[in-house]
Amino acid sequence: MSGVAGRAARVSFGGAMLAVMRKDLALEWRTREIFSATVVFAALVLLTINFSFDPGQRAVEQMASGILWVAFVFAGMLGLGRSFVAERENACLDALALSPADPGAIFLGKAAANLIFLAVTEAIVLPLFAVLFNFPMGRAVPGLVLPLALGSVGFVGAGTLFAAISTQTRMREVMLPLLLLPVSVPVLIASVRLTGTALAGRALAESLPWIGLLVLCDALFLVAGTLLFGHLLED
Amino acid sequence: MSGAAADTPAEPAAVRARGLRKAFGAQVALDGIDLDLPAGTFLTLVGPNGAGKTTLLRMLAGLSRPSGGELRVLGVVPGPSAAALRARVGLVSHESQLYADLSADENLRFFASLYGVPDPEERIDAALAQVELRARRGDPVRVFSRGMTQRLSIARALLHEPSLLLFDEPTTGLDDRAVGIMVDLLAELHDGARTLILTTHRLDVGLRVADRVAVQARGRIVHEAEAGAIDPASFAGLYASLTEGRA
Amino acid sequence: MTETGSRVQDRMDAILRKVRNVTTPLAGFGLIAAAYFIVGYAPEEAQQGIVQKIFYGHVASAWASYLCFFITFVSSGLYLWKRDRAWDLLALSAAEVGVVFCTAVLLSGPFWGKPIWGTWWTWDARLTTTLILWLIYVGYLLLRPFAGEGERGARFAAVVGIIGFLDIPLIHLSVRWWRTLHPQPIVMNARGPQLPPEMLTTLLVTLVAFTLLAVSFIAIRAEIERLRDLAAVLRRRALREG
Repeated sequence: MSGVAGRAARVSFGGAMLAVMRKDLALEWRTREIFSATVVFAALVLLTINFSFDPGQRAVEQMASGILWVAFVFAGMLGLGRSFVAERENACLDALALSPADPGAIFLGKAAANLIFLAVTEAIVLPLFAVLFNFPMGRAVPGLVLPLALGSVGFVGAGTLFAAISTQTRMREVMLPLLLLPVSVPVLIASVRLTGTALAGRALAESLPWIGLLVLCDALFLVAGTLLFGHLLED
Repeated sequence: MSGAAADTPAEPAAVRARGLRKAFGAQVALDGIDLDLPAGTFLTLVGPNGAGKTTLLRMLAGLSRPSGGELRVLGVVPGPSAAALRARVGLVSHESQLYADLSADENLRFFASLYGVPDPEERIDAALAQVELRARRGDPVRVFSRGMTQRLSIARALLHEPSLLLFDEPTTGLDDRAVGIMVDLLAELHDGARTLILTTHRLDVGLRVADRVAVQARGRIVHEAEAGAIDPASFAGLYASLTEGRA
Repeated sequence: MTETGSRVQDRMDAILRKVRNVTTPLAGFGLIAAAYFIVGYAPEEAQQGIVQKIFYGHVASAWASYLCFFITFVSSGLYLWKRDRAWDLLALSAAEVGVVFCTAVLLSGPFWGKPIWGTWWTWDARLTTTLILWLIYVGYLLLRPFAGEGERGARFAAVVGIIGFLDIPLIHLSVRWWRTLHPQPIVMNARGPQLPPEMLTTLLVTLVAFTLLAVSFIAIRAEIERLRDLAAVLRRRALREG
């Protein structure tokens, strides 16, 4: 209890990452802020698209992957924006930066939590879409796993980094989409393509280049985020 | 290994700064700070707003990079790669750095895991006892009073038993009773082994707890004295003249 | 080391001044030469007529904007590494000049496209990539004032400057593949290796002129920002000495 040195206090990269992720999940479990906001918002996007385009059966089949990703992206952006609100509120970002944990581990922990939130939203939006648009989803679901996973990782990777930036600015609600959307264009194009292929029941093997592109995007955003995140915490 | 430094006879100074600068273009936050602080000292840093006190503490804690000059904290140069140093420094600011929606217990548990504290349960218990919050450990921080929140913040900073503990305006927004508790706590933490630095607006608080007092103005340390040698009445006049034409 | 900056800043000041002194007059001559080549030397394209001459400025602007964004990328990295305002000045200046050239590409595209393709806008891969780049770097410029005065804006912008540039090949690839699945408008074939030698020469002259112009703009823009910093120092000193 004397004030002499922190004995062997040491934290591993993975340990810090897990701690941050678990903390974010616990916070979300307590408030359910992100979950309720994103799911309701995603439902509203689906509703708006339905009223705006009033698509017939043929059109729905052509547009399905696009509609889904519009809902994921806009709802996801709402969740990403929220993910740093609790960090900013009482200067918790400083507390994270003060700790011996690697900033990259903190980034990946936050990104992992955001990925889980987005995955839950997607899991709810998919059946909702199938019902609202009368779209036969059933058989296509297993094929959707890979496109949704690869696309979500890239989107959340870039999104977590830019959310960390935008929460520390004025007009943060505007700044996040402004920064995130243009940079995620390749992720969106590739995800919509792959998801479309999967929904049509075709083998993903024919879209190998798109898978490669998505993997590259995911790698870029995760690696860049891990390496650059420290600069967003420390001046 | 820097971790063994405390056991060696020639213990490095807690802080050694030479010509420390922080500037971005025309904005100068620190303009040549010289500071020597032997381990175990309690230093109070007073000065007007904009004097760069917060910047200096953030720099000591490794949250801010110097743009010039030399700095050693506990014998180590702070920086992104000095994780071992960060594990030995604690910072309590006027912002709580706690998650309002988590309970006191959950907050401490999170930070204990982030610091890799070896025996978290024991440490959390001890820290909560020290700030007298054991009975409220299950309550969310949101319902805590400002004074309680601030004490929990101190418990958080004590979890990893830092050798250097920094307090940035911890009394802001506290009523007199809470300030009294805080002063007692600070005196208790001043055990001769731990080094403490406190920045405050309140000269009375600063003089009561510290061994040394330094006045910072316009990004420089403009005066330093032993706390015992200071006469509060005349010091107020000196302070006013030193900080005139604020930064 | 001066009161207002670092040794790096002093050296960069000197280099930028030299660069400005050399490139500004050269850019002037280059532009006159390019104008001569475009108007007087390059033949009129048989099918497209006079509008095809927009092509030279269009392509040269695109090249100049990529060059600028590359400079922003490198200086952003150096800024994060060294945290010296000098690198931030360079990154910011290059990004602003890059956006100007990028805007020129986007504006000249339709003027050229309308008579040729019959539409103001086409989702051509190169044009679309340019639009996305424009959006990224406008975001970069907007981020600075929103992040607040000073080093925070510089740090955040540097992160965007790095990711934005690394993203360019991915954007280009994705947009190109995406385009091949859409009906193509009558894409003109003037670009590419089958360009007649007179046109190629004219293009090269314009490219050199625009490169000089971009570099001179960046140097001048960085100097203006630098003078602002100095003015702020003088203002502070005047206030302090009352």
